[in-house]
Amino acid sequence: MRRYRIVLAVDDSLVDRKLIEKLLTNFSCKVTTAENGQRALEILGLGDGQHNSKKNDLKVNLIITDYCMPGMTGYELLKKIKESPTMKEIPVVIVSSENIPTRINKCLEEGAQEFMLKPLKQSDVKKLSCHIMKVNKSCKGRPFMGR
Amino acid sequence: MDRNQVHRQVALMRQSFFDQGFLDEQFIQLEELQDEANPNFVEEVVTLYYRDSTRLILNIEQALEKSPLDFNKLDCHMHQFKGSSSSIGAKKVKSECTQFREYCKAGNGEGCMRTFQQLKKEYAILKKKLETYFQMARQAGPKEIACRPKPKLDICPDLEKNYVGWIPSRFRYTFSF
Repeated sequence: MRRYRIVLAVDDSLVDRKLIEKLLTNFSCKVTTAENGQRALEILGLGDGQHNSKKNDLKVNLIITDYCMPGMTGYELLKKIKESPTMKEIPVVIVSSENIPTRINKCLEEGAQEFMLKPLKQSDVKKLSCHIMKVNKSCKGRPFMGR
Repeated sequence: MDRNQVHRQVALMRQSFFDQGFLDEQFIQLEELQDEANPNFVEEVVTLYYRDSTRLILNIEQALEKSPLDFNKLDCHMHQFKGSSSSIGAKKVKSECTQFREYCKAGNGEGCMRTFQQLKKEYAILKKKLETYFQMARQAGPKEIACRPKPKLDICPDLEKNYVGWIPSRFRYTFSF
């Protein structure tokens, strides 16, 4: 029986998308990438004009999103996900190249599971393991701020 | 030159990148991600970086020609460029990016332009070095010593799979033709 963890990775950088995809694939995750927030919402079935219960929406276990993106920021994407009755339980991890405490607090207060610093390392992805497991499993994940 | 000598040369070249500050430990992260499924992963990422950053460099060049300078826009472009450079471990390039952003915050146009010239130099130097490196590594071929295939790490801790380590990249590399 396959035990894929399905992760949606959102980042406007081509290089970073390739990196996160490989990082997660090496940890036996199945990865879908999106280059911006709008595209991410469409993949989740939360795009404009989409209904919540489409059959072919992607069922994800985890969403990892960059903070700084043109158009919709990772924070705004986080808010939209948390507003959705179908998606709000999915853990969302925000990644950023900048270590700004107000930014970190803002994201955690809005419901982000973790905030991590870029560039991501294998040890960072390993720390996400409990969030990639089934959502109803209790997880002692404390807010973690990378290195 | 026999294969062992070529391998040694490649290893020395690689070490010099770290010793001379061209690359940092993020490059090692890329190397450690390389495996049988993606035997050319490092070269692919670096190639992608150089291809993608051409556009970013052009954006910055165009923005630097405007008068007056839009420091917010410049900073935004540089933030993106710095991010990608950081992701491949391009240490000197990243350092120039940081300097550039400092000048943006200070509204120092001259400083920006000077730093950008330096940045482009470092960027080009690194490109040439990495191109040579990958070419030599390809010529050297895979090492004679058989490498244990890197096990897929199971991210679910409650299962009874053994957590097996892997050979750090500095002791092995495999490049296929």
